[in-house]
Amino acid sequence: MATFTVDGKHYEAVEGTNLLQAILSQSLDLPYFCWHPAMGSVGACRQCAVIQYQDAEDERGRLTMACMTDVQDGMIVSVESAHAKDFRASVIEWLMENHPHDCPVCEEGGECHLQDMTVMTGHSVRRYRDKKRTWENQDLGPFIGHEMNRCITCYRCVRFYQDYAGGKDLGAFGSRDRMFFGRVEDGVLESEFAGNLVEVCPTGVFTDKPFAQHYTRKWDLQSAASICPGCSVGCNTFASERYGELRRVHNRYHNDLNKYFICDRGRFGSHFVNSQKRIRHAAIKSDDGVFEYGDVNAALTRALENLRSDDVVGIGSPRASVEANHALRQLVGEENFCRGLSESERVVTDQACSILMKGGFRVPSVSEVEDADVTFVIGEDISNTAPRIALAIRQATRNVTYEMAKTANIPLWQDAGVRGHAQHERNPLYIAASNTTRLDDIAEATVNATSDGVAQIALQIASQISGVSHENAFVQSVAEALLAAERPLLVTGTSSSDSNVLNASAAIAWALRANGKEAALAIVGSEANTFNAVVTCEGVTLSDALTRMADGARAVILENDIYRRAPADVVDRALSGTGGLIALDVLENDTVAKASVVLPAASYAEQTGTFVNYETRAQRFYQVFQPENDILPSWRWLSSLASRIGRTDASWATVDEVTRSALAALPGIDATLEELAPTKDFRIEGDHRIARQTHRYSGRTAMDADVSVHEPKAPVDNETPYSFSMEGQNPGDQNGSVIPYSWSPGWNSNQSIFKFQDEVNGDLLGRSGGKRLFDVPSEPDVELDKEFDFSVTGVTRSATGGLVPFPVHDVFGSDELSAQSWPVAKRSKGPYVLIHPTDASALNAIPGTGVRSEALVGSFEVVLDERVQTGFVGVSVGLNGRTEIPDEGIELVVDPEFEPRQLGDKRVIAKS
Amino acid sequence: MSLLDTKPLTGRVEEVGGPVFLADYEAGGGYVAARKAIGQMTPSEVIDEVKDSNLRGRGGAGFPTGTKWGFVPPGPSPDGGVKYLVCNGDEMEPGTFKDRWLISNNPHSLIEGMLIGAYAIGATKAYVFLRGEYFEPKAKLAKAIDEAQAAGYLGNGLFGTDFDLDLRIHSSGGRYICGEETALLNALEGKRAQPRNKPPFPPASGAWGRPTIVNNVETYCNVPSIIEKGADWYRDLGLTEDAGTKIYGVSGRVNKPGLWELPIGTTIREIIEEHADGMQDGYHLRGLLPGGASTDFLVEEHFDLAMDYGTIQAAGSRMGTGTMILMDDSICPVDMSRNLQHFFAQESCGFCTPCREGLPWIESLLLDIEEGRGQPGDLEILDQNAQYIGAPGNTFCLHATGAIEPLQSALKYFRDDFERHIVEGKCPYRTNGNA
Repeated sequence: MATFTVDGKHYEAVEGTNLLQAILSQSLDLPYFCWHPAMGSVGACRQCAVIQYQDAEDERGRLTMACMTDVQDGMIVSVESAHAKDFRASVIEWLMENHPHDCPVCEEGGECHLQDMTVMTGHSVRRYRDKKRTWENQDLGPFIGHEMNRCITCYRCVRFYQDYAGGKDLGAFGSRDRMFFGRVEDGVLESEFAGNLVEVCPTGVFTDKPFAQHYTRKWDLQSAASICPGCSVGCNTFASERYGELRRVHNRYHNDLNKYFICDRGRFGSHFVNSQKRIRHAAIKSDDGVFEYGDVNAALTRALENLRSDDVVGIGSPRASVEANHALRQLVGEENFCRGLSESERVVTDQACSILMKGGFRVPSVSEVEDADVTFVIGEDISNTAPRIALAIRQATRNVTYEMAKTANIPLWQDAGVRGHAQHERNPLYIAASNTTRLDDIAEATVNATSDGVAQIALQIASQISGVSHENAFVQSVAEALLAAERPLLVTGTSSSDSNVLNASAAIAWALRANGKEAALAIVGSEANTFNAVVTCEGVTLSDALTRMADGARAVILENDIYRRAPADVVDRALSGTGGLIALDVLENDTVAKASVVLPAASYAEQTGTFVNYETRAQRFYQVFQPENDILPSWRWLSSLASRIGRTDASWATVDEVTRSALAALPGIDATLEELAPTKDFRIEGDHRIARQTHRYSGRTAMDADVSVHEPKAPVDNETPYSFSMEGQNPGDQNGSVIPYSWSPGWNSNQSIFKFQDEVNGDLLGRSGGKRLFDVPSEPDVELDKEFDFSVTGVTRSATGGLVPFPVHDVFGSDELSAQSWPVAKRSKGPYVLIHPTDASALNAIPGTGVRSEALVGSFEVVLDERVQTGFVGVSVGLNGRTEIPDEGIELVVDPEFEPRQLGDKRVIAKS
Repeated sequence: MSLLDTKPLTGRVEEVGGPVFLADYEAGGGYVAARKAIGQMTPSEVIDEVKDSNLRGRGGAGFPTGTKWGFVPPGPSPDGGVKYLVCNGDEMEPGTFKDRWLISNNPHSLIEGMLIGAYAIGATKAYVFLRGEYFEPKAKLAKAIDEAQAAGYLGNGLFGTDFDLDLRIHSSGGRYICGEETALLNALEGKRAQPRNKPPFPPASGAWGRPTIVNNVETYCNVPSIIEKGADWYRDLGLTEDAGTKIYGVSGRVNKPGLWELPIGTTIREIIEEHADGMQDGYHLRGLLPGGASTDFLVEEHFDLAMDYGTIQAAGSRMGTGTMILMDDSICPVDMSRNLQHFFAQESCGFCTPCREGLPWIESLLLDIEEGRGQPGDLEILDQNAQYIGAPGNTFCLHATGAIEPLQSALKYFRDDFERHIVEGKCPYRTNGNA
């Protein structure tokens, strides 16, 4: 450790730490712009100037940029010296020459890092008297607003977009005082991480467009700690509400998971909460088949009639909370409970369970993904199914650049130096995939195959590792690289619905272990709570449940459009045969339309609950706001029904009780609610709740003033440690995992997060939230290789004429709920097929034309992909409202009526 | 005694009476030095000879060339990777045109100097980074490179050894900042021409992350004669503690503006009076920028100083490129400052705040003052900006530091002129219609 002195006080840091980072880690204030905790230093803005003294005798010192300086033992610096302060104020004065005075109407106002830094330096009088420069802005698509006049040229946007996230279509243009940051021409930003520009930009150049459309100030938002419902990674988020609408989602730091960045599905995919398709009232279907809304008692009565039947099945859901699934399972009994997975999902999910429970392989957190030195992505298009992990893999391929920098004595925080020195050197990343992926640009080698082919290749790699020689060069090089790796990483997932892929991935990990290498193995699921299904037992499969329904059984379907889980004809038979269907859901869908009782379910933002992520980390999301109308959390509907039929084992008063009951019911898992997250009894300094509303919730007295001039009474929260008001405190000092927003004196923007970390880039104070339901068994199951059949069960999809279809998941549109979020809907492509150019020309189909097939619903845009094998066709999942991909070859014909869908808003051509 | 004994850079051109291509160059002893260095000397002997000669970089900074070469890790790279040798021919310093003259008239001396330099550091690839507008020099250099290749002076297995050199020309996109060696390397790599942080210094990690030496055209042109005639001979050419000859230039209202190769340390007055033939009738010399636009003004009291690195630095300026710009008494110092600041503001790469936003503010204030809109307090703003922008280390690279040099010295030596503009609300130099 090095001891360094700042304004006469002694501090400690590891020698070689970046000085700015070390100063901020002591929770001292020092203004900065271009430095970013995840992206290091480049020295562009010159804002973090301090005085560095040669020794104790030196009284003059030298102005130096903290972000470009190493901490050294005995170092003496001053942040407060008049010269340093005056220089920092000058930097703001320079930046303010051209910055518009539009703070009152700027989306960023009130949480603007530039505002904070301006106030912090004290610059307040304008001396520059020339005109300001102005720009024409660009239409960057439905997610990101662009206001270049506000730009202070810190270069963070391009450093994130290009250097960190690998995007190609946002750049720095021009020079001198005419730097422009944007695209070559107007158009939708291509990267699925573009939304992070909103948080990376220190002022209002890149803003959250859906938020800005009806924007509010940060201080007028009501927020809580939440978990993204978009995929199985479980990124931590701040979800924020005003006037009964979910307004925006921001990144919430989690040390092991998302750290500073989330994907655009996560950021923009939550507006489904405010959708026109929201089910807001309980309903029963009248005899003439029309829904009658609004009579909750009538709905409950009808539901109870159904539940009293002898034959009731309960169909759960991988997108519903742990609590909702548990409540349903308790209500109908395990023997009648189905997890709500399609047949193929069920097989692959159970296989994932076996591998996780028995394999004893290390499951990497996202941070650990970033540490890998050799990565093999096996049959999962990770950029579309778990984008945050893809971003982490991108960082993992840069580990060698840090090694090279160390050798060359370049400080690791010196971002441009590290990148410039290493040039294109990368750690090996291998990808076996069915189609082109957005990690191909950094891959050492790729191989193209559909899932069973991928599994065959992976098995060959496993056997190559075990000493059997194969001729395939890809197999050889992957095996060699994995054996040579210090931290090998395997990433696969369930999206191909092919358990062969998981088997073969586990076989590689097994073979590596036999050779003394412990590989990390990440298996991603497709939905937010898929891994709850992994650890939950069911008594009946979906096809059996549907058969029983077709034979007349009553059913309770929890937050699940089963048309997405089984062939339409099978579902039709079940829904017409059932004696009665109680559907609980958030949005209208085809299943709900056929229910006899509909109960409006709270979205994740309107309730407190738990999701289990791909690591089996159970994480708490907290209710953000009180829903209006009849909306209740699903578990509460189910609990209420249970209590009315005297089922005390299935009725609870608070969500904490449900979670405790659910955790106790999980086989072989020893986890308590207290380990997951603070319970409802958590208080700060004795008796303070966590205030969902900010300290400066100034607009509250005007809310609903058109209805009543009296300020409405705040709802009471009996279920969480939060309050629905300004009453309470920020828990950051004690428990950073439940801060409802990031805000600290002088730091109104998201940059304030360092005030809630034990050091910059460290864990949150009191640690990040969540708990893995099971960690790696200390002793792997030695019987595994006997029990496990690592072989691949032959070709699962065969060409019986036509092209063999395989599923293609799209980050925008394949996920059921986020697809109903209007910004994502605008950003999504229409249904499409990926097809090899040879096959396309055989069909006389050119890119942009449409094709159809009797086996598919609707028309599909033709997208050429040279990495799709000839004879195969990738079919987009979910974009046509369907998820089922036929098992057999399909005949495609050109659809002359087809019109391709425009991405984003109408495209605006840049004025010359 | 040959002209080459006193004018190693230009003597042969004078003898031939025009551009020197291969036949004339060989006839004057061309490539003898390269043959000697590569055929008979070890790389470290070559570096030692250049160190002994006290050759200092002629691009402006005056860093000892041999010392710089010595920073490159000797021998083959452990990883087998290449090293690069780069010539900085991006001559965009206002008032400076010596490299253009050398490339156009004596291209083989550059090639030979680079050959020797490449051998010394073990580089196998070399680039001449040439100012984009230098069409004619480019054509002549290209012709010389073709000749050298045909004659076996470039390519593989040179001079009977296993030494290879691939030499190419890269034409710049045209930015002043490309004269900064790390911005040059970024531009060479096809990236934005923004300077890099140092460390790493190019000898450790330069072009494409490899060990790289960047030297000025004139610097390389000095190398062959040092190898051929020895360090002692070279050191003795200088009149003061600096070694060799220097190409000095004069622009302004003199009778004979131009370039002359003179012993380093020749006085300013001798260069102006004897070589540029003095001021034109009716014009009195008030001040001059000794080595291009990015150097501090020198005034009357300095005119008898020797033009060498140490002497000019002690006088508060820099010898820079050694090509002076003269300001006579008809020129408004405010307007000249504005003109210079316009150039530097325009040529800022746009990376760091003080340079990008500070220089345009300075330019704008100078324009106001020049056009009679100056206000009390403007000079204090200029002083403050000059102090904060000009201090080395406050900005990312030395572009703004150089930009501030003529301004801070103008504010010092010609402050009365600035104040008169503000008090009178007009430019006093414009009364007779003379801008």
